[in-house]
Amino acid sequence: MLFASVGDFITRTRGRRRLDTSDILTYLYLAFGTLVMFGPVLWLVLSSFKTPEALVRFPPQLLPYGQEMAQVEGYEDPLPLFLVTLEDGSQRRMAQVRRVGLEAQMTDPDNPGEIVPVPIDQRVPIERIQLAWSNYTEPLARFNFWIYLRNSVVVTVVATAITLIINSMAAFALSKYRFAGRDAIFLVIISTLMIPISVILVPVFLVITQIGWNNNLWGVIIPGAATPTGVFLLRQYMLTLPDELIDSARIDGASEWRIYWQIILPLSGPALAVLAIFSVMWRWNDFLWPLIVLSRSEVFTLQVGLHAFQGELNVQWHYVLAMTVLTLLPITVVFAFLQRFITTGIATTGLK
Amino acid sequence: MEQIDTPRPTAPAAGIGELLGRAFYAAFGAVMNTLDLVMTPIQRAIGVRNMAYLFVLPNLLIFAVFVLAPMLLNFYYAMTGGTALFPQDRPFVGMANFGTLFDCGNFLDPNTCREDRFWRAVYNTAIFVIFQVGVMVLVSLITALVLNRKIKARGFFRSVYFYPVLLSPVVVALIWKWILQRDGVLNAAALAMGFERIPFMLNANWTTIWVIAISIWAQMGFYTLILLAGLQAIPREMYEASAIDGAGNWHSFRFVTLPLLMPTMFVVLVLSLIRAVQIFDHIFVLTAGGPGTATLYLVQYIYNTGFSNQVQRFGLASAASVVLGVTLLIFTLIQLRLSRSSDST
Repeated sequence: MLFASVGDFITRTRGRRRLDTSDILTYLYLAFGTLVMFGPVLWLVLSSFKTPEALVRFPPQLLPYGQEMAQVEGYEDPLPLFLVTLEDGSQRRMAQVRRVGLEAQMTDPDNPGEIVPVPIDQRVPIERIQLAWSNYTEPLARFNFWIYLRNSVVVTVVATAITLIINSMAAFALSKYRFAGRDAIFLVIISTLMIPISVILVPVFLVITQIGWNNNLWGVIIPGAATPTGVFLLRQYMLTLPDELIDSARIDGASEWRIYWQIILPLSGPALAVLAIFSVMWRWNDFLWPLIVLSRSEVFTLQVGLHAFQGELNVQWHYVLAMTVLTLLPITVVFAFLQRFITTGIATTGLK
Repeated sequence: MEQIDTPRPTAPAAGIGELLGRAFYAAFGAVMNTLDLVMTPIQRAIGVRNMAYLFVLPNLLIFAVFVLAPMLLNFYYAMTGGTALFPQDRPFVGMANFGTLFDCGNFLDPNTCREDRFWRAVYNTAIFVIFQVGVMVLVSLITALVLNRKIKARGFFRSVYFYPVLLSPVVVALIWKWILQRDGVLNAAALAMGFERIPFMLNANWTTIWVIAISIWAQMGFYTLILLAGLQAIPREMYEASAIDGAGNWHSFRFVTLPLLMPTMFVVLVLSLIRAVQIFDHIFVLTAGGPGTATLYLVQYIYNTGFSNQVQRFGLASAASVVLGVTLLIFTLIQLRLSRSSDST
């Protein structure tokens, strides 16, 4: 009765007919997709809370377990707890004082006076879910997370602001004025839409070196600021804004600069928002160019820093995993709040 | 292009959000007003018309210094030798760098080439591009078709597929490095199902397969979104008309969906192709090109040659990037040609 109604509820599609095979396939596909897309990230997060001992366990456990410890009178350090099967077949919770070969010396945590020798195969560790916060706290002292975070935030925010302003200024000129060389300028900008920085690494590096921007965040921010994508996107949008607005503002005595920032910019809101989303994504995740420009760790961005950190600590996965989680956290939080806006914004322009 | 959903007007932000917004707007207005004090006299001096030059100036300046000039300089670098960075210290060698790159006994066999790593990178990149783009476009199309059905929680599932796009390449690489390692969860699953433990990152074929799979995982959400927008822009009446004409599901897909989706497919194909040719970050962190040279791709060859090897051979790196640039240019031209011919039909 219950199962029938649950089944009925699940298989109802928007109050029309019942689910057919293709609907079931659809949801199976979506469920599988969710597992594949979210699973790895979830596994990363779960793993990042495991102790080093739990991490090397094979096969791995899903949740972060750790052995329970007990503070026992007469011993300085906490002792690990085991479930011991005694000779008479009864089971007891006991703490291990030390292990000698195949025998362990166990004691009752409530009655630490008496020590019982137990063969090691007669005891099972008592475990419970334990979050190894030390994975996070310890590397934070060594991995300059806060410095890298600050650098990444500075690069992302400043670069996005500069990109939005200079791209929209150029787009305004290219869409609302007639002047000699306009079409040539537009054509040159558009023709580099498909030229990525990976094609001009060496000469851009030279320019940066000439200016003296090696190991300087400006060297990361400026070269990519004049994005052809942004100029193109904004110009196309501004072309749809009526010229009459500008004419009447001029009659009212507004300066060109005022027309730009008080009329054109607010009206271009949607296009600016899309460009802002792209810019934040590009800048936050940028890796190759910062890797080339930045070689001193105090100017590393998060991505470069994380890369260097995992290279240093090749085997210390518990630290690397925790720092990876911290690195993906900011963008995940932003996405969680703005996901609807971001996905529709990107879908409507189809540019990256 | 039509919108998927009309973006929800931003909810009436309250409290801190609104305050921050107002503060930001006030600060922005103050800065712009101050700039106006400079701009108005300039406008008086040069006239309304010439203000256009002032508006394009900042963008054009950065563009000229960091894109245009480097593009031209790149050709010069490609024709010079030595290890000095500054052009005036570099001896002119003409086409020697290209000669080095193209010095091959047999172009199909990298072992016979002087720069065998370059040719390995070229072939690896070609294989990567073919499989990554092919499989990704197919999977994205299927996913977009599924998301376009009448499903519950479409917004949620759309985000699910999009989420990895936001992750940085370094994060993506580390996530998968952890999963694929020798004692990783995937090997545990393989053992549990009765297979042998597979050294994914030590076997050239496995590494290639995983590198392709991971870059699909990380990027497909973006193309799915674009295809979904394309699908939703197809007018409902087209389907109704084809249903009246007695078309089944397959027929309406074949004769309505596919032709009308073609322009979008085309955009997706070109964008993904151009990105695939430049593959670098994920793989650099995940495999560093290994094992051996199994996942050495063109951009990494350029990076290694110019920036990370002991001897920085900028000339050779530039020559290789000219080759990469020409390849991208050819793709772009083909795209322009094809999109023009598809517009005219």
